[in-house]
Amino acid sequence: MRAYLPAYELVVPRTLGDALAMLRDEPGVWRPFAGGTDLMVLLEAGKLEHRKFFSVRHLAELRGIEEAGGYVTIGTLTTYTEVRRSPLLAREFPLLVRAASETGGVAIQNRGTLGGNIANASPAADSPPALLAYGAEIELISAGGSRWVAYADFHTGYKQTVMRADEMIARVRLPHPRVEARHFYRKVGTRRAQAISKVCFAGLVETDGGVISEVRIALGSVAPVVLRCRRTEELLRGRMLDAELVGAALEEIAREIAPIDDVRSTAGYRTRVVRNLLAEFLTSSF
Amino acid sequence: MKETRTGTDETRRGADGTRRDNPVERPGADGARGQVCVRCTVNGEAVVLQAYPLARLLDVLRENLKLTGTKEGCGEGECGACSVILDGELVNSCLVPFVQVEGALIKTVEGVADGERLHAVQQALIECGGAQCGICTPGMVLAAVSLLERNPRPTEADIREGLAGNLCRCTGYMKIFGAVVRATEERMKMEG
Repeated sequence: MRAYLPAYELVVPRTLGDALAMLRDEPGVWRPFAGGTDLMVLLEAGKLEHRKFFSVRHLAELRGIEEAGGYVTIGTLTTYTEVRRSPLLAREFPLLVRAASETGGVAIQNRGTLGGNIANASPAADSPPALLAYGAEIELISAGGSRWVAYADFHTGYKQTVMRADEMIARVRLPHPRVEARHFYRKVGTRRAQAISKVCFAGLVETDGGVISEVRIALGSVAPVVLRCRRTEELLRGRMLDAELVGAALEEIAREIAPIDDVRSTAGYRTRVVRNLLAEFLTSSF
Repeated sequence: MKETRTGTDETRRGADGTRRDNPVERPGADGARGQVCVRCTVNGEAVVLQAYPLARLLDVLRENLKLTGTKEGCGEGECGACSVILDGELVNSCLVPFVQVEGALIKTVEGVADGERLHAVQQALIECGGAQCGICTPGMVLAAVSLLERNPRPTEADIREGLAGNLCRCTGYMKIFGAVVRATEERMKMEG
């Protein structure tokens, strides 16, 4: 059932200040609308429940990729295509570039934005596992000011976030990873392009003389939120990698995830894929 | 014909497009309340269009401008049949809200040929048998044209990636990939 278009609004605020004033004056009434690659799908399916939106695509303050103060900062409107074309991101944050490359096809990558992917808060999104692995922080802005929150604390439940009704995402920043870190990204879907993930795996590991000095593992599509696997990381950190440790880590990660059966896959298959990807990540890292 | 007062806009209109019921919901002679005007350039021609802000660019192209070369496949950004080039970038026109094309340059399949002279991609699709039922073809043409604009000498892998968002249920893709290879070669020959 298609949506009844006259019931919807998409206004174009002149400035970012005007947009934030709308959020302040009528919190919860207005929501930002970026590239439309998620919202237009819901609209056409007659499932877009929210009715009033403001477009942000023209707001230049929300664009751009910059390096300063120990961070690389990415504007919320940065598209997947822009992520893919950034030599800086390719050099320092290859997991994010891989995620952008494997999201949708070219036409989706040209419109879909990093901020939209975060705000949409789907546990099956492809860039959030990379953001979690890199320790990203999110800048939330409102008419009253701005605050940075750790991305690890951003999602509080299925499609739930800490963002207030008068706030929107402005930027994402990533601390420079240590150069010795190894990066591992795998998306498993039905086909290479245009598929929503059954499992998405982003891993980062540093070793010192065969000992795991630091490890980060983040997964998509295996829990109500994008999941940082802290218990598995804890088990691995500071240990010498051998077959026994790999076996223990596979058992731990299977306990740590909470996959479901749905239209795209089953809990059993997802668990098996996660174990296989963790094994590949650990054994390919040495 | 039986009429209903609670139906959609379409059911309230007669075949000649005139309104048949109480005009309270649609005041003004120039269109419905809530519609907006947008200026943009389509296939080199400056136009002023009127539609609802969240109307799909796909529908505005097909219905307001009668540019029916752009096809609707899935309506959810999966199939690429509705691909057009918007400000130099390939997009799915089913996912672009009308109000966001203010000031934009849009190229549809109707604007790809140079008059009677087909684009190298179009000519190669004919010669290589790259079109069968034809529904995916306009989107394939735009995806290939967009690829060649950015990357005039694509590898086989580049071509597969450039067309990965466009589904074809007839050809099995090989003849389409072959056509893009041929178009690339023809253009290189023309450039010497």
